[in-house]
Amino acid sequence: MPDLTLTANLEDPDAVFEALMDAHRDLDPAASRRLDARLVLLLANHIGSAAIVRQAITLARTSG
Amino acid sequence: MPHQPPRYPFIPPNDPGARHPIVVVGGGMVGLTAALDLARHGQPVVLLDDDDTVSIGSRAICHAKRSLEIFARLGIGQRLLAKGVTWNTGRVFAGDRQVFVFDLLAEPGHQFPAFINLQQYHLEEILVEACREAGVDLRWSSRVVAAQAYRDHVTLAIETPQGRTTLHADWLLAADGARSAVREAMGLDFVGKIFRDRFLIADVVMKAPFPAERRFWFDPPFHQGGSVLLHRQADDVWRIDFQLGWDADPETEKDPERVRARVAAMLGPDVRFELEWVSVYTFRCRRLEKFRHGRIFFLGDAAHQVSPFGARGGNGGIQDADNLCWKLDAVLRGTAPDSLLDSYDAERIPAADENILASTRSTDFITPKNEAAHAYRDAVLSLARHHAFARPLVNSGRLSRPAILAASPLNTPDDAPWNGGLPPGTPAADAPLEDGWLLDRLGPGFTALVFGTSPTALPEGITALPLPAEGQAATRYAATAGDVVLLRPDQHVAARWHRTDPAAIAAARRRALGHA
Repeated sequence: MPDLTLTANLEDPDAVFEALMDAHRDLDPAASRRLDARLVLLLANHIGSAAIVRQAITLARTSG
Repeated sequence: MPHQPPRYPFIPPNDPGARHPIVVVGGGMVGLTAALDLARHGQPVVLLDDDDTVSIGSRAICHAKRSLEIFARLGIGQRLLAKGVTWNTGRVFAGDRQVFVFDLLAEPGHQFPAFINLQQYHLEEILVEACREAGVDLRWSSRVVAAQAYRDHVTLAIETPQGRTTLHADWLLAADGARSAVREAMGLDFVGKIFRDRFLIADVVMKAPFPAERRFWFDPPFHQGGSVLLHRQADDVWRIDFQLGWDADPETEKDPERVRARVAAMLGPDVRFELEWVSVYTFRCRRLEKFRHGRIFFLGDAAHQVSPFGARGGNGGIQDADNLCWKLDAVLRGTAPDSLLDSYDAERIPAADENILASTRSTDFITPKNEAAHAYRDAVLSLARHHAFARPLVNSGRLSRPAILAASPLNTPDDAPWNGGLPPGTPAADAPLEDGWLLDRLGPGFTALVFGTSPTALPEGITALPLPAEGQAATRYAATAGDVVLLRPDQHVAARWHRTDPAAIAAARRRALGHA
């Protein structure tokens, strides 16, 4: 079973971070939350594997 | 014209203190099904019901294909099909827009549709009639008030219009619902949870232009913030479930004027309708730790309860009866050891857990528990409008599917690779034959489907059903010439082979009968 990638994998980290910030500009907290939820679902579908999504959920919960 | 419940007379029993081989407690759809099944196996059955009529109001309505196949085995499948409303299509809306449509029976070649909708009282009336014809000793107005279990029997105290009486049962089937008197007498507790939400059920009579399909709305304009479910039933009766939220007051919500206003907002000003039934419900997803307790078996809601989304309560209960009755018959006939009855737990507890899991997940989607859950739910619905990938995430109820008893100790595992088909533990697939339907050809015992060859001598206790090596049956079982599929009396696959090996077939039958 493949593992969640935890090495640096983004082609352009600053650009991706900026894109996320831009996406949330002008949104109130509720709209931001819905946007994030849509984004998570889109990316989860792209990943496909429930096991990898679960690894990411666990890491997200324990890395706070 | 609202449904007029039949009244079944109390006939004073002339056998106080008698001992009976089998007593069923509860004359609901599950108890009646079990009594009918056992009577058709030739067993004498006494059935006790605390009431003098069938189910009142709006309860189980969606009867799945597998239930209809079980009812067909019991001789009432076609009657139910004729009386019920057939549907295969579900439609889901969010806000004022359709999100997607699903077809539950995309392939042709099945005797029964994915579902029929039929009021529980109609089903029970048909079952009562069939039970009478099969010789079930139906005892109405007979309420179990105490039960005492012994090593080899159970003693029941029964309250009747003529006072209290006692009877003894070698075997007791408790199908007496969520508030099971037998369960309470035994001091058994449920494990599970209650959901903090309330739903309004309205059965309305109307001539409406809606097609016979399941329709589910998330947050529609006519019921903002809640969900609504619509089903068409027999006799132009439509069932509507409105999600009310936990804070709703059940008494206020049952006010007919208030309900009429809700229904009118949904149907529009031009549709005339009458209210036939109104109730408010909450629900639980939970089960007993074990369904067998010595000589007592719990079936249906007495054993497990689920949320209504997915029609898994009634259909799960019918599968309980289907699973237990042939086993009890075999033990009573002496062809199987008592330990076969332990497999009721081994097979039906995983099935109940599957139903509980599915209906819990549906409920969590329909009633988001917090702000984040709400955001995710709304995200799924808005994505699903635009992108097919999100549609499988929309959960308005995962509709009842027959349990696959994959881990059953009664299965004989494959001894060679199969290219698909039905692995051991799977309910038999129906298929059209030249002169009828495959499932109609199965008898009350074990059947060996023999593909493409004339059957050689099979071991005792097994009936051969020769089938062509080409065609829909062969395709569904992934069978080629020479293959053999052994079916149990409840039409589940016990074992399969790419050869006819009488010794292996006999061993698989013995294993399916619980011989170690």
